[in-house]
Amino acid sequence: MSNIPADLKYTAEHEWVAAADAEGTVRLGITDFAQDALGDVVYVQMPEAGSSITANDVVGEVESTKSVSDIYAPVSGEVVAVNDALESDPALINSDPYGEGWLLEVKLSDPGALETLLSAPEYEQQVG
Amino acid sequence: MTTETTTPRHTALYEEHERLGASFTDFGGWMMPLKYSSELAEHHAVRNSAGLFDLSHMGEVWITGPEAGKFLDYALVGKLSSVAEGRAKYSLICNADGGIIDDLIIYRRPANQDGDRYLVVPNAGNAPTVAAELAARAKGFDVTVEDATANTSLVAVQGPKSVEILLQLVPAAQHATVREMKYYSADEVDFTVAGAPLKLLLARTGYTGEDGFEIYVPNANAGSLWNALLEAGQSADLLPAGLACRDSLRLEAGMPLYGNELSLQASPFDAGLGGVVSLKKDSDFVGRAALEAQKEKGSARKLVGLKGAGRRAGRSHYPVLKDGRTIGEVTSGQPSPTLGYPIALAYVDAEYAEPGTRVEVDLRGKPEPFDVVELPFYRREL
Repeated sequence: MSNIPADLKYTAEHEWVAAADAEGTVRLGITDFAQDALGDVVYVQMPEAGSSITANDVVGEVESTKSVSDIYAPVSGEVVAVNDALESDPALINSDPYGEGWLLEVKLSDPGALETLLSAPEYEQQVG
Repeated sequence: MTTETTTPRHTALYEEHERLGASFTDFGGWMMPLKYSSELAEHHAVRNSAGLFDLSHMGEVWITGPEAGKFLDYALVGKLSSVAEGRAKYSLICNADGGIIDDLIIYRRPANQDGDRYLVVPNAGNAPTVAAELAARAKGFDVTVEDATANTSLVAVQGPKSVEILLQLVPAAQHATVREMKYYSADEVDFTVAGAPLKLLLARTGYTGEDGFEIYVPNANAGSLWNALLEAGQSADLLPAGLACRDSLRLEAGMPLYGNELSLQASPFDAGLGGVVSLKKDSDFVGRAALEAQKEKGSARKLVGLKGAGRRAGRSHYPVLKDGRTIGEVTSGQPSPTLGYPIALAYVDAEYAEPGTRVEVDLRGKPEPFDVVELPFYRREL
């Protein structure tokens, strides 16, 4: 059974986005379903802090021994933080995908963008 | 074509895998454990202690009769008649064009009243084809071909601690026999499984680059043997191990996988398996004329090992480039868990096959540097 926290938003590409803070910044990562399907993550490539990303564009990749998967930007905005801990310990994505295994923090260009993402029940239907 | 649409078959150990929480994958028409917990942990267990594999999807075809050796000399590319009883040999079955139908392990067993005996072990997905092909080629030879795949399970213990684990299931009187078994040999060995005696064919073979054993066991005894090995391995940190780590282990050991490196379109000489083709045999064999022509002509492309200079890995079918021009294709590739850098097998134009040659692999539109290296990538310390 895949873990799908109720308080997050999701994409069909198996990313999660947390609620925005007071500055309109969101934290995001890949879902429990995605990490399980990928297998043990050995390398993560992510955009640099300060770069702009556009929703639905490929902005990085997550590589396991078995396969490689693109990271699609779930929202548009400016990358304000990158999870540096993944450089030395990419397995955090497997052990704690919604916590210490987060990927990026993005300052939303459109604060309303989260409304277009999937709710937890909608995402749960996707991964069945 | 029915095999492609039917539900994948279950091995006799399917329920054991379910109980251990395995995730499954359809491989060669069989529902096989991909991993139990973490494929990396399973990989490292085989390199450092031991792993337990269910390989019951592999085929088992018995060749028996006065002309068994002569028949295999004709049906396969190697000279199987000169293999000693108790020893094993790696070989290929080719078609008349020299294309590879499958790669095989063949065990020669002691002769009995029926004649000489060989056990041929094809890959899962090819087993029905190989069994049918052997049966067809047997016409005119005094042999019987028996496909025992459906009744036979195969369990492997692989890793530096596999001997000590195995000895726990073998009476003291046979410890020396097991310890002294040579690589690529096999013997009937008395096991004690769940308190009962069981005579099983034990082989010192594997597909991981480590010391290890493969045990052929009737389906009815597979579950009790599997659980006895799990228990015996507990103190040695043995883990049940799935196909995901089997693939990363064999790739580090530079071993080809049928469907990736080997196919009907691949030449044994291009694949670096020229030594397996016995053109010195004084008899004809299927594919001989085509293989002689291939050897005469030389290889336009060769299978090589590639080592990534960066961290991103090449994967099957990614183009290999030199100065922006495509000179080959990756057949298998991934980040090596043991070595810590990306490794790959690839066919490249022969002029770029020399170790030390710098090439690039097109990683989804972005070329990254790789170097041709000697195979295997990983060799265990003896």
